[in-house]
Amino acid sequence: MTKRVLILVGTKKGAFILDGDAARQSWQLRGPFCEAWPLNHVIADAATRTIYATGGNEWFGPAVWKSEDLGETWTHSSEGLKYPESEEPIKTGWSLSPGKDCIYAGVEPAGLFRSDDGGVTWAHVEGLRNHPTRPNWTPGGGGLNLHTIMRHPGDGDQLWVGISAVGVFHTSDGGKTWAPRNGGIRNNYMPEGEQLAEVGHCVHSIAMAAGNPSRLYQQNHCGMYRSNDGGQSWTQIENGLPSTFGFPCASHPRDENTFYLIPLNGDILGRYMPEAKAAVYRSRDGGETWEDLRDGLPQEQAFFGVLRQAMATDDLDSVGLYFGTSSGSVFASADEGANWQEVAKHLPTITSVETLVVG
Amino acid sequence: MTGVGHNSGESAIEQRHVVTVSLPTALVRLFPGSPNQVQIEARNVLEVVDGLEQRWPGMRDRLTDSRPSIRKHLNIFVGGDKARLDTPVTAGTRVTILTAMSGG
Repeated sequence: MTKRVLILVGTKKGAFILDGDAARQSWQLRGPFCEAWPLNHVIADAATRTIYATGGNEWFGPAVWKSEDLGETWTHSSEGLKYPESEEPIKTGWSLSPGKDCIYAGVEPAGLFRSDDGGVTWAHVEGLRNHPTRPNWTPGGGGLNLHTIMRHPGDGDQLWVGISAVGVFHTSDGGKTWAPRNGGIRNNYMPEGEQLAEVGHCVHSIAMAAGNPSRLYQQNHCGMYRSNDGGQSWTQIENGLPSTFGFPCASHPRDENTFYLIPLNGDILGRYMPEAKAAVYRSRDGGETWEDLRDGLPQEQAFFGVLRQAMATDDLDSVGLYFGTSSGSVFASADEGANWQEVAKHLPTITSVETLVVG
Repeated sequence: MTGVGHNSGESAIEQRHVVTVSLPTALVRLFPGSPNQVQIEARNVLEVVDGLEQRWPGMRDRLTDSRPSIRKHLNIFVGGDKARLDTPVTAGTRVTILTAMSGG
């Protein structure tokens, strides 16, 4: 059967879906979905072909939306998606990930929830917020949010999460206990001598190397890092990049040494594309060297950013690479980033980009 | 029998503490089949929310947070007065749920 590729786009005003064929040269836009709610993440569970979206509406609170027909119809639920009465209520959903026979949701204020019935009801994974460092958790500019959930491909009990501005945590017992995984990460916003603390790090995104769960990549507010031990220790890999600041990173689906990121011009100068020229940076050697990919991307007046969940790959051959901008454009490459085309524009601010290959 | 002012001349609706509840369109759109106006049997705003939840599961979470309180950017009026969850309602009262004005 001919394959279809869906680009799932989360925005500040609803979800959109771009339908493309396997050649990924022609795209049709559908949406907005989810009643134009502000969304932070739209994903697909490839095993069930179910699309999930999470965010929060200022009037009606947080929820997880769900579509079992590739976006034609949607339901929503937040049953169980709540903290005890004595705690600050959940403001919004931030991140989603399939787990082993479940779906995980990360929320703000930072916490993790799990659904064993396909997003109908949710249960708090309490172990994370019981961590002894929690009194020291402080928000980043985007709030105290759990924005990244990363599963171990072969061990359903292992999970990594990213919380801003706290850092990376890992569990190996299905969420009962957690350990910080921030060794070697520096925080430039702390005094000398206190920059390598156990927590207090503004992780922006993490990605797992293909086929190697010990190899992680991290874009941090204060640099780009690689870990070869599941995040216990991190090494800077910034040589050759135009800045140390950016938000997303994405791994190649088959080559553990290849991954992508999108550096911005720094954290205090507008967070635009460097010199207002858009580029994705690719490393083929685990971050030792970098090349810029910009054919087909705007090379003037590119005063936009790309948010932490707004870049993704597909798993076709050759690999497709996609990102969405704060100015509402979606750029796609069907050849691992060598050539790009703008496949949607004038959308609301894009918060997330994910893919689903069907057929 | 509890309640105030009941006598043989009052309607059955008043004796059952039925109130008329107006729902905002943005809420109605989230629950297919729900109307803009509904009658609920309740003695306070919390029971109004409970009644709505019973008819349209999930509506409670849209109206209240986990403290529990009416959500920050929603207003519930009983008659013409802004209410809380423990605000009493009397039979025949109009309860109006409104989204706060917001933009962006």
